[in-house]
Amino acid sequence: MVFGRSERGRREGAAAAQDPVALKLLVAGGFGVGKTTLVGAVSEIKPLRTEEALTEASRPYDDTEGVETKTTTTVAMDFGRITINENLVLYVFGTPGQDRFWFLWDELAQGALGAVVLTDTRRLEDCFAAIDYFERRGIPFTVAVNCFDGADRYPVETVRRALDLGQTVPVLLCDARQRESVREVLISVVEHAMRTGAANGGGPAD
Amino acid sequence: MTDRWFDDAAGPVVRPYAMTRGRTRGTTDAAQLDLIALVIAEGSLADRADDHHSLAPEHVDIVMLCRRTPRSVAELATELDLPVGVVRVLISDLIDAELVRVTRPVPPAELPDEYILREVIDGLRAL
Repeated sequence: MVFGRSERGRREGAAAAQDPVALKLLVAGGFGVGKTTLVGAVSEIKPLRTEEALTEASRPYDDTEGVETKTTTTVAMDFGRITINENLVLYVFGTPGQDRFWFLWDELAQGALGAVVLTDTRRLEDCFAAIDYFERRGIPFTVAVNCFDGADRYPVETVRRALDLGQTVPVLLCDARQRESVREVLISVVEHAMRTGAANGGGPAD
Repeated sequence: MTDRWFDDAAGPVVRPYAMTRGRTRGTTDAAQLDLIALVIAEGSLADRADDHHSLAPEHVDIVMLCRRTPRSVAELATELDLPVGVVRVLISDLIDAELVRVTRPVPPAELPDEYILREVIDGLRAL
């Protein structure tokens, strides 16, 4: 069917072309796995965040065994910005790392282009919940294994099997402190989102 | 009865919401004020001096911050050091006053056009 180009349609088209577009990627993963570090490595602004020191009451939930150096936890928004050009801005949001902040996830996930599930081979099970969350909602994600100093390295296929991931889900080794490394992870998410969209016959394939 | 528990001397119960005069939502649909919805200043505060009596200093701050470059709802909340809920009500007031507009967010479960995704990838490669 051919749609006529009404006056209204043209005006809306023009406004949409002028308006900048903002896109959102999420970074999820267990407590202390390096989400804030990852956001900071690519953000053009200092990551904007709310961090609160762990209180006695929260300690039982925040098992820091194996992540000895981390003393605070991110409990609210934690995000960075990458200006692609004057009409296109990418925001990267770290999701709260603790189960009791899951209620914040739904809003963050709304309209997200895709996600990074950051994991640490010392505590692989910490990212199970994030993987479940994105799988259930059909949000494309890449699993990035943050290669901590002193942690054993495993081939990505071993990680894929351990996490029971499908062959289409990208798995990368990364260093959350390195801009180039994080950049590759984010590119992988966007490419995966494009492929997923095309496979579903959705928008990008048209 | 609420008035048995609180009186004016007790002050607002949730302090940041005092600047929204107790409102927790504005007239704009919350879905339109996504965390990454971009707020763009429109018109001039100077031309609207008659509206000033109804604007809080925080309203004016938002218009000033969005004047040169669009700001996301999340950035405004951080820059003003206010809860996102409060900032949403203030932005909603400004939309009603036609002092700002917000960009239409990408609808949930819909991907942006492929050419936009390619732009993102090229932009990331150039980082």
